[in-house]
Amino acid sequence: MIKIKDIAKSFDGKMVLEGISGEFEKGKCNLIIGSSGTGKSVLLNMRNFTDADHDMKAEIRREIGMLFQGGALFDSKTVEKNVMFPLDILTKMKPEEKRERVAFCLKRVGLENAGKKMPSEISGGMKKRVGIARAIVNNPAYLFCDEPNSGLDPQTSILIDELIQDITYEFNTTTLVVTHDMNSVMGMGDNIMYLYKGHKLWEGGKEEITHSGVKELDDFVFANKVMSKMRGK
Amino acid sequence: MIFFEKVGRYFVFLRLLVTNRESFKTYYYLVLEECVSIGLGSLFLVILVSTFIGAVSTVQTAYNLVSPLIPRYVIAQVVREMTVLELAPTIMALIYAGKVGSSMAGGLGTMRITEQIDAVEVMGINSVSYLVLPKIIASIIVYPLLVIIAAFCSLFGGYLIGAATGIITPPEYIYGLRFIFNDFSITFALIKSVAFAFLISSISSYKGFYTKGGALEVGIATTQGVTNSVIAILIADYLLAQLLLA
Ligand SMILES: Nc1ncnc2c1ncn2[C@@H]1O[C@H](COP(=O)(O)OP(=O)(O)OP(=O)(O)O)[C@@H](O)[C@H]1O
Ligand SMILES: [Mg+2]
Repeated sequence: MIKIKDIAKSFDGKMVLEGISGEFEKGKCNLIIGSSGTGKSVLLNMRNFTDADHDMKAEIRREIGMLFQGGALFDSKTVEKNVMFPLDILTKMKPEEKRERVAFCLKRVGLENAGKKMPSEISGGMKKRVGIARAIVNNPAYLFCDEPNSGLDPQTSILIDELIQDITYEFNTTTLVVTHDMNSVMGMGDNIMYLYKGHKLWEGGKEEITHSGVKELDDFVFANKVMSKMRGK
Repeated sequence: MIFFEKVGRYFVFLRLLVTNRESFKTYYYLVLEECVSIGLGSLFLVILVSTFIGAVSTVQTAYNLVSPLIPRYVIAQVVREMTVLELAPTIMALIYAGKVGSSMAGGLGTMRITEQIDAVEVMGINSVSYLVLPKIIASIIVYPLLVIIAAFCSLFGGYLIGAATGIITPPEYIYGLRFIFNDFSITFALIKSVAFAFLISSISSYKGFYTKGGALEVGIATTQGVTNSVIAILIADYLLAQLLLA
């Protein structure tokens, strides 16, 4: 479990986050939602956690798998080498073991044939999936995902969400997912934290999100047509 | 004040290079990779530029030495001194800053804005030493070798043009090259090379590493990396000459 307390962050005097406290449970998918520019990525940037929570020291850092919003693949390395990178750095596995593990993770994200390609040769959605493979390759205790399914088609999105859920439940990881996709929220939101302009406005499970009573959150949730139909019911 | 702040940050950056490193083996391969890419990448340009500089220096020195009292081999001697003391180490440094320094700054800048540096850091790696130290070590190894090649090519360029135009015959040229040769010049050139290699690679990397923003800022960081390296080279060139030759 990760606890955060009173997190604040400002850039050049401009407050981006203020007074964010909360808990992210182990073995659950903890979602951070909110519209664009509210500071979700900044919050997920783990250095803010380390500053706030003294339990998150350097050793634990090595147990974090992180999927960046833009993928953040190393452009000088092949897909395979990208996924292998955490193993190279953090483990003493044998080369065949590493290759096996990498192949397994790539298969898990449906990219078993893309191992030899360079990041510049694959599509945006594929980059995302490679990013996920790299994030999970070392069986992390903490899995941080910044918009895992933005830029993916609906089907792949669901697969990715399910993948993240499976990993979370299977390996009992503390998973944090930043998203603004209501499908993901309704699909995997065990715990949801709603950010609005750098403040936490609401927190709860997916069952409660449709009747939170918070106006800004309602606007966010029912911006989606399907969701607003659900509201009509 | 801003100037001192920046210089201070640069020194903090240098300290980060050596604290909290990864294992020696990790660096071994990274350094090898960098050496190959830097060395092979700039070899052609270095050979091309230095050969021409040597040839042109020979022609121009000959043009300036009009007195019949001065023997022709002095041309070779002058070209030798210019090449070893200044042309090879310093002019090549400017070229190295433009070619290798800019690609270091650009590469690291791109890694920064596309979160690749954060991705390295998330794994608990000291990203400064992991990404930058190999570049600096590789530069310190490769650049002096490039300078030696450049010096050789420059002298060879003079030889060729002398023979081709008849300004100075090959035996005269060789005689001039060997005439009153102080081998400290070579030591001095190599000391300069190491200093320049360090300055170029560390300054360019520093600029690239702390890029903020987007593609535009990467371009700016690259330009600044080259400009600042060039200024540092010229200042260091002067200081070293004062220290070691005066
Ligand atoms: N390095 C930085 N320097 C200055 N301002 C920044 C920096 N990083 C983020 N910000 C600002 O912080 C705010 C929040 O940014 P953040 O990236 O967290 O948004 P987000 O909630 O992730 O949005 P999105 O859903 O679009 O990804 C933005 O207004 C942004 O301009
Ligand atoms: Mg974001």
